[in-house]
Formats: sequence, C-alpha cells, structure tokens
Amino acid sequence: MDAVQPVAPSSPAAVPERPSALRRWGPLALVALIVALPLLPLPNFWILQLNYIGIYALPVLGLVLLTGVGGLTSFGQAAFVGIGAYTTAYLTVNLGLSPWLTLFIGLTLTGVSAAIIGAITLRMSGHYLPLATIAWALSLYYLMGNLDALGKYDGILGVKGLSVFGFELGQQRVFYVVVWAFVLLGALALLRLLDSRSGRAIRALAGGSQMAEAMGVNTLRHKVGIFVLAALLASVSGWLFAHFQRTVNPSPFGIRMGIEYLFMAVLGGAAHVWGAVAGAGIVKLLEDQLQVLLPKLIGTSGSYELIVFGILIVLVLKYLPDGVWSFIDRRLPRRQRVVDWHGAAHLPARSKPAAGQVVLEVQAIRKTFGGLVAVNDISFRIRAGQIVGLIGPNGAGKSTTFNLITGVLGMTSGAVQFRGEAIGGLSSRRIAERGVSRTFQHVKMVPDMTVLENVALGGHLRGRKGAIAAMLRIDRTEERQLLREAERQLQRVGMGDLLHEQAGNLAMGQQRLLEIARALCADPALLLLDEPAAGLRHKEKQALADVLRSLTAEGMSILLVEHDMGLVMDICDHIVVMEFGTHLMEGTPAEVQQSPKVRAAYLGTEH
Amino acid sequence: MDLSITSILTLDGLTNGAIYALLGVGIVLVFTVTRVIFIPQGEFVAYGALTLAIFQTGKVPGTVWLLLILAAVAALMELVTTWRHRGSALPAVMAALRTFVPAAVVCAVSAWAGPRNLALPIQALLTVCIVTAFGPLVYRVAYQSLAGASSLVLLIVSVGVHFAMTGLGLLFFGAEGFRNPPFWDTRFALGPLALSGQTLIIFAASAALIVLLWLFFERSLYGKALRATAVNRLGARLMGISTHAAGQLTFAMAALIGALSGLLIGPTTTVFYDSGFLIGLKGFVAGVIAGLSSYPGALLGALAVGVIESFGSFWASAFKEVIVFTIVLPVLLWRSLRSGHSNEEH
Repeated sequence: MDAVQPVAPSSPAAVPERPSALRRWGPLALVALIVALPLLPLPNFWILQLNYIGIYALPVLGLVLLTGVGGLTSFGQAAFVGIGAYTTAYLTVNLGLSPWLTLFIGLTLTGVSAAIIGAITLRMSGHYLPLATIAWALSLYYLMGNLDALGKYDGILGVKGLSVFGFELGQQRVFYVVVWAFVLLGALALLRLLDSRSGRAIRALAGGSQMAEAMGVNTLRHKVGIFVLAALLASVSGWLFAHFQRTVNPSPFGIRMGIEYLFMAVLGGAAHVWGAVAGAGIVKLLEDQLQVLLPKLIGTSGSYELIVFGILIVLVLKYLPDGVWSFIDRRLPRRQRVVDWHGAAHLPARSKPAAGQVVLEVQAIRKTFGGLVAVNDISFRIRAGQIVGLIGPNGAGKSTTFNLITGVLGMTSGAVQFRGEAIGGLSSRRIAERGVSRTFQHVKMVPDMTVLENVALGGHLRGRKGAIAAMLRIDRTEERQLLREAERQLQRVGMGDLLHEQAGNLAMGQQRLLEIARALCADPALLLLDEPAAGLRHKEKQALADVLRSLTAEGMSILLVEHDMGLVMDICDHIVVMEFGTHLMEGTPAEVQQSPKVRAAYLGTEH
Repeated sequence: MDLSITSILTLDGLTNGAIYALLGVGIVLVFTVTRVIFIPQGEFVAYGALTLAIFQTGKVPGTVWLLLILAAVAALMELVTTWRHRGSALPAVMAALRTFVPAAVVCAVSAWAGPRNLALPIQALLTVCIVTAFGPLVYRVAYQSLAGASSLVLLIVSVGVHFAMTGLGLLFFGAEGFRNPPFWDTRFALGPLALSGQTLIIFAASAALIVLLWLFFERSLYGKALRATAVNRLGARLMGISTHAAGQLTFAMAALIGALSGLLIGPTTTVFYDSGFLIGLKGFVAGVIAGLSSYPGALLGALAVGVIESFGSFWASAFKEVIVFTIVLPVLLWRSLRSGHSNEEH
C-alpha cells in the first residue's frame, strides 16, 4: 500500500513553464479587434448589431459573476436593465436632466432595489433567489406597463441620444466606442475583482457557506454584494439601451429577456468573463437569423425562435455545461501567476498566549437533538503549545463537540472560553476572528483556484481591502502580503513547490495539508483539526505528524479529533476520550492506553 | 364596497385560488421528489385547455403530433442508453417500445376521435390522456440524464423546457385564444351570489385531487417511496426505488394536475398559448408561501393568492399582477427572518 507519493499531474516545479503567449496576448488581441472593428469599412448594420451585442453583454457579465462564479441564479437582470432605462428615459424626457447625471441616479435606484431584494432572499437557500427574481421581474414589468407616468405599454418616446459638449454620439461608430468601453471596463473590473481578497471569498461561495464562514468571510454580505454589482452592470446596459433605441417600453425588460440573459451566460460559459461577450454575440446573431428563417419555414410570423432556444438550453446544459468559451479556454495554456511578493512586508501577527497558559476552556457543553443527548456535559482544557486529542468510537460525539466549539452548531448549555473570553454561541465567523482556525473532516476547498489562492483565502481576516479597491488595483500591497503569507504557510507544511497547481488536482494527503496551511494563514492561536489523517496513507500520515510536531514546537496549540490511534498516541500530549456523548476519561497517551475503560469502549467487555 | 361585492369577489378569488392550489401542489410535488423547480407546470394548463378547444372544433389537436414526436425521441434515447448499458439489442428495443407504445396508442385514438365530434366528457378524457402522457416523456428527454445536477441547473433546464413548450404551443395552437364550454351549465342563486356549476366542479375537483394526493403520499407504499427519493436519492436507490421511475411518475402526476387545471379553468377564462406561464407562476407564489414543502401550506397560500388577486383587480385592476407577484417579497422576508441564514451545502 505504501506506494510512492503521487506526483501531482503537472507540478510547476517538475514541468518547465510553457510560454503562454496565447494566454497573454489573446485577450489583448481580442481587445484590439474590438477597438479596430469600427475603423473597418463594415456596413452600418453590423455596427448596430455589435452595439446591441455590447449592450446585452453587460448584464450577462453580471451573471457571470453571480451565477458562474458565485453559484447564484437571477432571472431579474432584465428588470434591472429596465430600471436603468426607465430612470434615464423619464428624467431626461420629462425633467430635462443630462443623461450623464441620470446614469448615476439609475445606478443608485438599481443598487438600492437589488440590495433590498438580495438582503431578503439571500439569507435563505439557493433556489429562493431565482424565484424571488422571477416574481420581482414580473411585478416590475406590469408596473412599467400600467403606470401612466411611464407611458403604460407604449413606453416613453423621444429619448435623446447621448452627446458630449453638444457633440452627438449617434447610434453608429461613436456610440460603439461608448458601449464597448463600458463592456471592456466591466470585464476588466471583474477580472481584477476575481483575482483579489474579495474575489477569493466570492469564488468560495459556490461551494457552500460553511468553509467560507470558517475563514471569516461574511458570506451574506458577499452574496448581496455580487447581486448588487450584477444589477449595476445591468443598469448601465439599460441606460445605454434607452439612449441607443431613443425609446423605452416594457417588453425588452420582461421575464423572457431575463431568461435570455441567463441563457447567454450559460451558452457563452458562465464561469468566464469573456464567455459573456461570446454568449451575447451568439444569442443575438442566432435570434436574428431564426426570426427571419423560422416564420418562413412555418409560414406565419411569431416568436418561434423560443422553441430553438429552449431546446438549445437543454442541449447546452447536457453536452456543454461549461459553455462555448470553456471550449476555447481549455485549449489555452494556463496562466502562471507572476511571483512578485517576495519583498512584501509581513502581515501583522496577533499576540500569542505564553506556553502553559490555558487557551481553550470547555465547560460542561451539552447538545441535544430532540431526546438524544449527543454531547453530554463535556469539559476539558487546552494549554498553549499542547496537542490535545479527542478520541472515541464512532458516534461518540466527537464531531458534534468539534462543531460546538467552532460555532457550526449552537450549544444547548455549557460554556466555551477562548483565552479568557466566552465564545459559546458566537457564529463560526466571529470565532475565527478571535484566532481559532479549523480544518474540515471532508476537505472543503475551491477546486478551480490554485493552491496558493486557496491558502490565501485563510488569510481573509488579515486583509482589509474590498471589492472596489480590487477593481481599482489599489489593493496590491496588501495582496502581495497575503500571497507571501500564503506561500510561507505552504512551505511550513512542505508544499512550497505546489503553489500554482489547481487545488482540485491534489492528492488526498496534499489536500489535507492545504487545509492546514489555509488554517495557519489566519494566524491562529488555536488550531482545530477534524480527522486530518482520514484517507491518508502511511507515508502521508508520517508527514502530517511531522508537520503537527513542528507547529507545536513553534508554540501552536492544537485540538485533534482523530480515529487513527497510532497518530494520536504518537503526537498528543493529552487525550480526552468520549463514549456515547459522555466524557469517559482523560490523561496522557500512556494512561489512556492502559485504561480498561477505554479498551472496553472500543473493543467491548467480556461478560 | 358592500357585502355582496365582497362575497362575489371572495368567491371569484377562491375559485381561481382552487386552481392555483392544484398547481401549487403540483409544483411542491415535483420539487420535493426531483428538486426540479417546475416552471413548465403552467404550459400543461394551456395545453390541456387548448387541446380540448381544438377537439371542440372537430380537428385533431397539434399536441397529438407533438406527443408522437416526443415519444419517438424519448424511445430513441431509451434505446441508445439501454443498448449501451446492457450491451444487447433485445432489452433495448423492449425499453424503447415501452416508452413509445402507450403514447402512440393515445395518439392513434385521438387522431381517430378528433374529426368525430364526440361528447365533451370523452374529449376531456382524451385531453387528459394526451397531456398526462407528456409528463414522463418530458422528464425522460429533458431531465433524466441531468437528475444528479444541482437544483440551479435543473431550474435552467426548466426554463428551457418552458421556452420550448411555449413556442411549440404557438406553433400548434396559433396565437388565437379559446374559451371552452362549461362542463355543467347550471346556475344556483345563493343570496347575492350566482354560483355556477363550473365553480362547483372546480371546488370539488380540486378538493378531490388534493385529498387523493395526500392519501397517496401518506398512505401508499409507492407514495412513501417517492418521498424517500426526495429526501435521499442514493439511499432510495439502494432500497430498490428507481429514481428514474419516481421522476417519470412525478412528472406524469404534475402533467395530470396541469391538464385537469386546464380543463377546469378553460370555461372561466380565455386561454392563449402562453397563458399557462402566468397561471403557473401564481401556483408558484402559493408554493413559495408554503416554502415549497407543505401541501396544506400550498393550498392556503393559493386561496390567499386567489382572493388577493380578485380584490386587487377590483380596486386597482391594472395593478393586479403587480400586487400578486409583489406579495412574494414580504412572504420571503418573513420566511427568511424565521429561518435565519442557512448554512446549507449545495
């Protein structure tokens, strides 16, 4: 069984870095193409088409962030486009305000309504957001169609085009520049956001909130944040749309368009920023072709393209679930992160307890599920520099105890003190803030982020810079500090040569070490490890034991929930044994090994 | 507003509410068993009402041919997957035939009956058969191979199915609306209220269906098996419950509920090819009020939606849809405050 440690598929240390010219120059070439298009002698029809594609690409960009990255779905993008469009149409036509002012009014209105809807629905499980956005999109549609002030279903006519100092931007090439400048700026902002402290938190959302919360990420705030950001992109699109079409009416902002935006994102590749542009382009061109072709085939006019779209949606999800762009993306060599953080300053570290001081004091904690007492008045303490093992047969209540201490479950009674402060009843995020860091029994990481980025997520609480700083790139000093810290922790657990590997490619033992490095990156005073040796091979267990020993040598305190007796007896200073939720005994490894009670608990007694 | 208007509006609201209740129950049913948020539920309503309407004109409804095509596609898929899975042709052909034959029989009978202008109850029965047959085929073709995907993917599939079914509805029924004749053309005077036979049928049919569903899920082994599938797919499979069969049965029930709702609502309002969406979504609002999990909750929610809608159309008729769909937000707020921030895993 003790095979050689598997070599990760394409460890950058082993394989020389391939020059990724395509990856580096590809996006630039794309941008250059977009810039060059209006200069070419294209017919005006195609410029108009490209303007439409740009206008559609903006809300889809929002969906890439929301759905593709954040794992949330919204059918309400079209409604937010509508808010942007109606705001500017109403204010410029009726009050004569400048469009450049109404853009910001529209953004404010959109942002506020998105924040309210997000705050209401995002506290609950995932499928309520799409349902709420359907309802919201429908009610807004009927509101727009029935308000006298908004011209009912006829809408608002006579919206002026955009102009700068009296110069009309028109609907053609100059307008093209404005539209695509917004698209490119939006894409750039998203790319920058995703490669930052906030971005890592957002990318962790799709895998469920437990891990992100344990890393100190306020998941609700991030979810509402990306929902609002997506809505703002839609609002800009609406503003452009109103001044491009010169008229607004409810139909382009109905639920059907909301669904179509989602379709564009899915078709283009919801996880890729450029997928938004690809999706918007393909759907727009396809729709035009079908609207001409299908009525000819069928003999009457009507929106028969729905049939094709509907069938396409199902086919794409079945056979191309990552969208068209992933097809291209897979063929591009992976981009190597430029290592620029070696000169960065250390992140400030928290003061650590002196050796021998009590770090964690668990006092008679109790958890009942209905009539079942899962944890029955368990007490123990951990001193600084100690490794305390928590063992017991299956069903003894070890994991429940662990979840009570880390705040995943609420206690029925009892108290937990960390460095003299009561932490019982706090959320796992608040507990993490105080310097308690944990790993998970079933590894929880973001498989499509690199090892380095996953570990840097652990340092979330040690950074301050948010989404806006990331988009403006004024977070780079702190980002370098975080990455430097992440690399340091990876070297500490012996994974310094796997920094740029995709976390999903790691072997089990490496994944467990990644989790420990991630926990260490939070600069904890107490490390809680939930079965870190589960699924590891002998050699990997030895490596793990070495890492844990070296950590305590540096003054770290560790609580270890573990099944592997060899490992527990080998490295623990003190062991607490549980059985059926109760405290059976505690003592040194030698005392525990000699205890007849423990043997009886594990092996049964002779009668 | 006096008592008579109030009672008329309430009765009107409860009548529509009874239909929304059926749809809400259908939506809760599909979601609890398959985790599919079944947006196309409303399309079955439109298909039901319009199929009967076309029968009434003495023609063969286009849904018959659509059903035949869908059955052929499903049978082909069944043939290929079984062949690949079992490696021999005979079971594959058998599986394909099992999928194709029932739908084909329904189509043949309908094609025969179409021009013969049979009695209304017979046409209604045929309509129910046709639309119900769509359920398992739609599941087989669109959902079955994605059954393990996240509920968000399934939701987007639902949207795709909704698009396709709406477009096909336009193709087969045209843009024109139809109103069906009532099944029971009598009126009872009940104080200020004029109670029509159709209203009574709606109440009786909705109540009967909901009680039957309740009995099925609470008292029958198969119903319990379906509930087990909802809780844990893998566990149910290990217990010998076929999740595919469970999904197909659920979709058949949902289609049946849709078809019946279509027949019930057909005489009270003009139904267009795309009317189903809004009707279905009101069932959805009811389902959401029930947290997509409770049948009695869906019933109460639906009746509330119906009454709010009817009073809304009296006070501010232009804004009745706005009112109906906006009440979802406070309901969600209430649910979210009650549940707290869930830490569910996807």
